[in-house]
Amino acid sequence: MTEKDVVIIGAGPAGLACATRLKEIGVNDVLLIEREKKLGGILNQCIHDGFGLHKFKETLTGPEYIERYLQKLINYKVEVLSDTMVVNLFPDKSMILSGPWGREKIKAKAVVLAMGCRERTAGAIWLAGSRPAGVYTAGVAQRLMNIDNYMIGNEVVILGSGDVGLIMARRLTLEGARVLMVLEKLPYSSGLPRNISQCLNDYDIPLYLKTTVTRIHGKARIEGVTYVSLDDEGKPIPGSERFIRCDTLLLSVGLIPENELSREAGVAIHPVTGGPIVNDTYQTNIEGVFAAGNVLHVHDLADWASMEGELVADFAKRYLEGSLPQTQNWIEVKAGEGIRYVLPQRISGKIDVNLLFRVSFPARNKHIVIKDKDRIIKRKRVINPHPAIMENIEVKRDELKGVQSLEVMIE
Amino acid sequence: MTKEMVCILCPNSCNLIVTQSDKNPDGLKVENALCPKGKEYAHNELFNPKRTIASSILVEEGELPLVSVKIDKPIPKSKIFEVMKEIKKAKVKAPVKIGDILIKNVAGTDANVIATKSVDKI
Ligand code: SF4
Repeated sequence: MTEKDVVIIGAGPAGLACATRLKEIGVNDVLLIEREKKLGGILNQCIHDGFGLHKFKETLTGPEYIERYLQKLINYKVEVLSDTMVVNLFPDKSMILSGPWGREKIKAKAVVLAMGCRERTAGAIWLAGSRPAGVYTAGVAQRLMNIDNYMIGNEVVILGSGDVGLIMARRLTLEGARVLMVLEKLPYSSGLPRNISQCLNDYDIPLYLKTTVTRIHGKARIEGVTYVSLDDEGKPIPGSERFIRCDTLLLSVGLIPENELSREAGVAIHPVTGGPIVNDTYQTNIEGVFAAGNVLHVHDLADWASMEGELVADFAKRYLEGSLPQTQNWIEVKAGEGIRYVLPQRISGKIDVNLLFRVSFPARNKHIVIKDKDRIIKRKRVINPHPAIMENIEVKRDELKGVQSLEVMIE
Repeated sequence: MTKEMVCILCPNSCNLIVTQSDKNPDGLKVENALCPKGKEYAHNELFNPKRTIASSILVEEGELPLVSVKIDKPIPKSKIFEVMKEIKKAKVKAPVKIGDILIKNVAGTDANVIATKSVDKI
């Protein structure tokens, strides 16, 4: 059986960055596996710009962002298997691959999970009515329009205000469709404020908050939807139902880390992030299995996913050398008041750590506080905390001396 | 006059508070910007709003039916749909290389439409 030092599963922004970084730091026995024919993952269909501001200090479209990494991949002669699925992953870090050449079992000393995420579908949320043609998730619509050259409709309602939905609102408008409205059940959008501004406001597309679709009408093709206003508890307000005619409904109701393989291998998954529970070396509960990018938690920027991939490359190298920090007393990191989740979920206290977190609600002029019981370890002011924006606080190794537990909260 | 606007130049999405005084209409007071670009954005937004756009162009004999494109510099917001009209009319023959100029001086804006990916010939 072939044995590799590091196998990376998934060649999106996290996997590509991890593979190239490993080569840069002298780990040569690396295999990058991708299930699609083309590398790059979801960025292939993200033809809008706004990527790379942090990584490359300029604004790139998705395909241009990938191209930067593909050039490196060729220069570094990274071994790549595309059009190849990892069908099974086992706790001993062996795995079964399936590709056009057949099936093979291989083994890795270290595995990096970088499979990305998938979209929530209409089945995953509650929607009554028929299932006629013309109902798409935003990402599928994006693929149909941007890769396959298929126009999906003329009169469009978008349910959910995630970034992919907002980007598609603009894309459809530019292509000549009428986007009638974007409906969001929460009192705030889950997309980045800049996307509300440049994708909706620029084209006078209304965004209705605390509103949702309750029924899809039509038999063969969708003919319209019933939508309704929601009260503070998220319950439909009686009598507020209205009907709007449309031939297309896009769903942009959230992304979920894609962890079927991880689960099967016995990787513990966090109930809020939907991704593996990791420590400060991004290692899961299985020794030598790491996770980076959207498979770990859904990022708002491809740049962050790539940087996570690079960080994990460094830890994977140290794992191979046997120099990762060891401890019996893990410090648990808790998401406190006003915080949806914090990552990593446990830390050794022996290395600096960059805590990543999301707030639960939008607010203004708040402080993020990190505490060990009642002792304040760190405080940071945030001007516009928003659930759509990932925040971070760096905590130095020195500041972690004697710490028993950590809690991140908003004040 | 005070206006709130979201700076779209980077994902920080700063919530700018822009105050325009009557005495000196060109001199804007911009609060809440995390970097100096916010002030420039507010100025452009009030006096000459610009955008870049991305789309795709039909490819003949390519491994893919479309090549993704963008314009290489921001254009006045009011020109967006004129530029889109030209992009929709265009057709290119494979192979296309990333960075190739596919339409020069699109809709008289002085911006070029360039390919953002490579598409090989089949
Ligand atoms: S003001 Fe600067 S930091 Fe804020 S959104 Fe604009 S470019 Fe980004």
